[in-house]
Amino acid sequence: MNSTNATLARNTKVMNRFDLTSRLVAKLKNEEAVIGGIGNTNFDLWAAGHRPQNFYMLGSMGLAFPIALGVALAQPDRRIFALEGDGSLLMQLGSLSTIATLKPKNLTMVVMDNGIYQITGAQPTPGAAVADIVAIAVASGLANSSWAADEDDFERLIEESMSAAGPTLIGVRIDDKPGTGATRRDPVQIRERFMHGMGVREPL
Amino acid sequence: MAVAEEKTSPEASEKSWHGIVLQTLKRNDIRLIPYVPDRVLTPLIRNLHADPFFTTFATAREEEAVGIVSGAWMAGMRSAVLMQTSGFATLANVLASLAIPYQIPLIMFVSERGTLGEFNYGQSLVCRTMRPVLDSLAMEHHTATRIDEFEFIVDRSIKQAITTQAPVALILSPLLTGGKVFDK
Repeated sequence: MNSTNATLARNTKVMNRFDLTSRLVAKLKNEEAVIGGIGNTNFDLWAAGHRPQNFYMLGSMGLAFPIALGVALAQPDRRIFALEGDGSLLMQLGSLSTIATLKPKNLTMVVMDNGIYQITGAQPTPGAAVADIVAIAVASGLANSSWAADEDDFERLIEESMSAAGPTLIGVRIDDKPGTGATRRDPVQIRERFMHGMGVREPL
Repeated sequence: MAVAEEKTSPEASEKSWHGIVLQTLKRNDIRLIPYVPDRVLTPLIRNLHADPFFTTFATAREEEAVGIVSGAWMAGMRSAVLMQTSGFATLANVLASLAIPYQIPLIMFVSERGTLGEFNYGQSLVCRTMRPVLDSLAMEHHTATRIDEFEFIVDRSIKQAITTQAPVALILSPLLTGGKVFDK
């Protein structure tokens, strides 16, 4: 994390992805779906304890929010969480406007912002020193977007999102630590188990 | 031809290529239609928007639409994506990393530009990448050229995609749609 970004992200504590993911998962009591993006966001989701309602994306960088939007549209009565990195989101900023237009009220998006491509060698993202992800989200039409000041604030924002009247985006500044554990890279099983978790299929 | 079809009555349009697409989607319970627009697709997009059976909306990029329909499929809703040839050219990564390995029945309608009267050299070049990409991934694809075969191709391809859990690309040739022509 460079100092310029720290200035931009004002008053926000630098937290840890695995700790925040574990806090989120601990709150899930109603078979909520969780979509983990490429790399560390889904590694930490896996490490926080596999649930059938978790989906782990193994490629297609930037598509965690679009995938979550599809789940949210298909099952409007289920709460959907999506975990995405700042570098991934920069690849698909247009998806924020699509989500703002469709306004799914059952979608909570979390952006894990460390300002780096941690997994490829911690190179800074093009936005690291200049861009504010939450400001981008607000300008994209997602009015209910905010930075979490610390862990307690993150938990409060997660709770609030569960009864929000529209989609919620939560930005969290995180450290430069790698993901904890590694997802079993079996896309067919991941998809099939997720469909069981979504209640649209029974096991053979 | 395509322009003339846009002005026909709803009854007549059921026998147009876009009427066939709309009715066949509906018959197969395909409700969610994200798209990146194309001139030739305009009457189809307009009629999908007008029909409350469908949830139809624009996305900023084609791969975003593929992500959305992948999520919708896994949560029990059937979908299809509309795009132009140049949009298909942005999809190699998401096809190879999401749709195919996760066995998503991704149904794509691709309005074919770049051939049979193309006036933009870039479009004709990008069109040549489409079938090699589809073939390199061993993806099912059909090029629809004739209205009398079209309903059969669309209906069977949708059913095959869903039952075999594999993507399909339906390429809408200018021979079917009239294509986009140079008008100064």
